[in-house]
Amino acid sequence: MTTTQVDEDQAVAPEDWRDRKRYLWLMGLIPPTAVFIGAGLVWAFNQLGWTAVAPVWWWIGFILLYVLLPILDRFFGPDGQNPPDEVMERLENDKYYRYCTYAYIPLQLASLIFACYLWTAENLSWLGVEGGLGLVSKIGLALSIGVMGGVGINTAHEMGHKKDELERWLSKVTLAQTFYGHFYIEHNRGHHVRVATPEDPASSRFGESFWTFLPRSVRGSFKSSWELEKARLQRLGKSPWTIHNDVLNAWLMSVVLFGVLIAVFGPVVLPFLIIQAVYGFALLETVNYLEHYGLLRQRTANGRYERCAPKHSWNSDHIVTNIFLYHLQRHSDHHANPTRRYQTLRSMDGAPNLPSGYASMIALTYFPPLWRKVMDHRVLDHYNGDITLVNIQPSKREKILAKYGAN
Amino acid sequence: MAAFGCPVCDYIYDETVGAPREGFLAGTTWESIPADWCCPDCGVREKVDFEAVEVSRA
Repeated sequence: MTTTQVDEDQAVAPEDWRDRKRYLWLMGLIPPTAVFIGAGLVWAFNQLGWTAVAPVWWWIGFILLYVLLPILDRFFGPDGQNPPDEVMERLENDKYYRYCTYAYIPLQLASLIFACYLWTAENLSWLGVEGGLGLVSKIGLALSIGVMGGVGINTAHEMGHKKDELERWLSKVTLAQTFYGHFYIEHNRGHHVRVATPEDPASSRFGESFWTFLPRSVRGSFKSSWELEKARLQRLGKSPWTIHNDVLNAWLMSVVLFGVLIAVFGPVVLPFLIIQAVYGFALLETVNYLEHYGLLRQRTANGRYERCAPKHSWNSDHIVTNIFLYHLQRHSDHHANPTRRYQTLRSMDGAPNLPSGYASMIALTYFPPLWRKVMDHRVLDHYNGDITLVNIQPSKREKILAKYGAN
Repeated sequence: MAAFGCPVCDYIYDETVGAPREGFLAGTTWESIPADWCCPDCGVREKVDFEAVEVSRA
């Protein structure tokens, strides 16, 4: 199916080439509107008298991420449409695409404010709810908001890679919800430089479980972002304790956002804000985990790492998750051309592929034995069985080398 | 003064303008830029990968 589609693309004249996903990109705005959709469904179910099941919709983010997207990925399958060279410039400069990502931000903020209202309201009779929300519904809502925050880090990621100052600023605004403003620095100047090497906190290693990776990546990324900004400011003769430090001014946005929400809705929203932020950035780290698992750039004769190539990222060209994550799954092209806009990213030959879309793989990372059963042999196949070429978790190195027959 | 371009993303380091945000003031020669400095826009090419380019000055 994939091959057929690509062939068809090459057959049409460049002026006739149309982006099949042009209007589908608007579906990227479902995560930041999901809580409103959920509230509508709660209301509708209560109207119909299905009051026992209605609260399930406060978990709409969960349902989307772990149930709906994986099913739709299976159903709609691979994407396969690559823009031809001749249309790249037109596509890159078509501002419609960037407005699709900017629109995320006001919706994200509106959802967050609406959630604070729902966490604190004592009378929700207009939704057919008696009194306020129960604790389970409140937690479901916090996790749904967390899904929006996690997907929002991907939106911020798209904007943070651009040369435009406005987009870089919007990137930090989008990260405020999850308190992950340092990601903008660490990702662009840390992760992209060291990707698929043991030095990168955000590249997972063969044999490393997601639960070991999570704290290592969170801690390592934070530390690295601080050092990067400290070094930059040192060259300017400044201390890192300045508003010009992009890590500090990004966090300040979170402090202001959380501060205003607490001032308006009361300290009772704080635990839910913490839950959504932690779950939101943990989702980002889940995606980090699966993007480069076990992959390693080899050292060249002069001691440097070889350049990042398509073979150093796990791809998955599934159309449904492609739409929701702005082509993040065309990850090899993204690492080759980080400033390229999402609509122009292409599926590349020679890139290793995950068995399903990123959304389906996320749940798998939570179960390390299952993850390793699905992924370890794929890493080995990618290296033609040569375990010595793999990025191995140091604490398990001896055991893994012995198991896979390297001396 | 010379200029050097990133082969991936078209970022140009022009010695006459420097890269003030990066801590390299106008006039900072290419020679004095640290070897491990990477392209501030794409992050995937380092100083050694940059190529000399011509910049037109008005």
